[in-house]
Amino acid sequence: MSVMNKSAKKDASPILSVRDLKVHFPIPSKGLFAPDRQLKAVDGVNFDLYPGETLGVVGESGCGKSTLGRAILQLIPPTDGQVAWLGKNIVGAPHRDMQPLRRDLQIIFQDPLASLNPRMTIGEIIAEPLVTHKPELGKEEIKARVKRMMARVGLLPQMINRYPHEFSGGQCQRIGIARAMILEPKLIVCDEPVSALDVSIQAQIVNLLQELQREFDLSLIFISHDLSIVRHICHRIMVLYLGNVAELADRDSIYAAPRHPYTKALISAVPIPDPEIERNKERIVLTGDLPSPLSPPSGCVFRTRCPFAKDKCAQEPPVLERVSDSQEVACHFHDSI
Amino acid sequence: MNKSEKTALLQSAGAAEEIEGRSLWRDARIRLFRNKAAVGSMIILGIITLLAIFAPLLSPYAYDQIDWGYIQEGPNWENGHIFGTDGNGRDLFIRVLYGARVSLAVGLLATTVSLIIGVTYGAVAGYFGGKIDSIMMRFVDVLYSLPFMFFVIMLMVVFGRNIFLIFVALGAVEWLTMARIVRGQTLSLRRREFIEAAHATGVSNFKIIFRHIIPNVLGPVIVYMTLTIPQVILTESFLSFLGLGVQEPLTSWGVLISEGAKVIEASTWMLIYPAVFLALTLFCFNFIGDGLRDALDPKDR
Repeated sequence: MSVMNKSAKKDASPILSVRDLKVHFPIPSKGLFAPDRQLKAVDGVNFDLYPGETLGVVGESGCGKSTLGRAILQLIPPTDGQVAWLGKNIVGAPHRDMQPLRRDLQIIFQDPLASLNPRMTIGEIIAEPLVTHKPELGKEEIKARVKRMMARVGLLPQMINRYPHEFSGGQCQRIGIARAMILEPKLIVCDEPVSALDVSIQAQIVNLLQELQREFDLSLIFISHDLSIVRHICHRIMVLYLGNVAELADRDSIYAAPRHPYTKALISAVPIPDPEIERNKERIVLTGDLPSPLSPPSGCVFRTRCPFAKDKCAQEPPVLERVSDSQEVACHFHDSI
Repeated sequence: MNKSEKTALLQSAGAAEEIEGRSLWRDARIRLFRNKAAVGSMIILGIITLLAIFAPLLSPYAYDQIDWGYIQEGPNWENGHIFGTDGNGRDLFIRVLYGARVSLAVGLLATTVSLIIGVTYGAVAGYFGGKIDSIMMRFVDVLYSLPFMFFVIMLMVVFGRNIFLIFVALGAVEWLTMARIVRGQTLSLRRREFIEAAHATGVSNFKIIFRHIIPNVLGPVIVYMTLTIPQVILTESFLSFLGLGVQEPLTSWGVLISEGAKVIEASTWMLIYPAVFLALTLFCFNFIGDGLRDALDPKDR
């Protein structure tokens, strides 16, 4: 596991700053004259990402994790807020300005096979970013680079002319990683890259990502709902609930001392591979379902399921508060609970 | 073994010969060639096509040459009129083959026109979606609602009878269904992750449509195409039957069938030979279409 030099991290300027990012989807109303309703998938997210850092984004299904990842890459246009890449806001940037940035920003998807065009050979798939951004390289050079990258991610280079359906899920994910890595980007958004794979392959893919991160000084945004993997790979962790940040903290602080009741519930749900401890540990069980993002609760969005909710929670939304050097929490009562 | 050694090992393994992959197209081809009906149909169609291409070499008579000694005579191997002659004393064998030329050419050209327009139009509409899609597809709906015969007769009145008008008229109608099929397929494709990956890399919309969307919609398109060709041939025969098709002395299967139908009692051969060729061709295209559908979409059987 790579250990980040914290002082170095604080000195460096962030590679990516997200400020008050909002993604709202208009939902056409049923009535003729009723206004469109807004689905608030991401509703005011702030964070910084430093070079070489891995930020984990966790939360349950439908909390806006994937939307956040895509909004950062401008694959889904954000409704409001700023995404500053190397200090320059890229929200609403015209296609012409965005194009050169695309080589630094890449994405890896959850479903390894669906993310590869079934009609192209993997050589063509991996070469596509090169062909798009560096057409001046000759055919031979592109092929050589593709082969080098294939070897780097653990694929046999002579498989270059094969098709995606001839590979297993783990190999397909390696192809996806090779495609994302071929331009040597600075940031990769990993959208649940291992949740479709079985456990032994998960470990290989996660280790591969960590090796590549060390080698190329990559920053990763690692979207997942698997807290054990997030703990293994991430330096900092952001907990999302209904499009809002519940808690943002260093890995060690969040696992040792979660402050937000939602984070506490999530972490207490992680199984511990020791039956004795597992049986006796204190478990916080949340009741109810995630409220609809079409009509989020007033005040704190988590209050409908929070065991500690009080009147104040319904009235004003909590802001993200810095509770320690490395931990920010959005809860009115983080001191008392 | 550490990572760099492993990578080096993989790279040295890469010096070995590249392995050819089996593309989905090749899989489909193998499945298609296992289908006996489709292979038989391809052979028969191939023979008909060859006959049509080399028609002038195969008969001592020209298609518009009148043999005054044999007017409306039955098949006769001795004088070379193996399919007999028509009411004007022209050799029916060579006329059926010339009819094949026209019918196959109309079928292929009109289908190609509809393919090019329909696939591009449908892919663009489906890919961009939203308002562009609505406007483009409403335009298709409007064209759909035009009565086809009326449209053809109007064209004939304005531009006169001309074989190219038939291509235009048929192509203009057939691309509509193609556009709808392609649009539907594109709508389901454009949210797929490999399209999103291309977006994230910054591939242009034009390239996404032609490199990622169209190759993936070609399966249903090819199947529909093989079913469109007989439809077009049939429509052309129908137009010719009504007297809106090709002009004398040039002929098509529809014209020949129409002439034969008039004298069905006196000279059956004038109906039977062109009708057999037309029916055989339509059968073959339909079998090939079926075979292609099974080959391209093995799960759908």
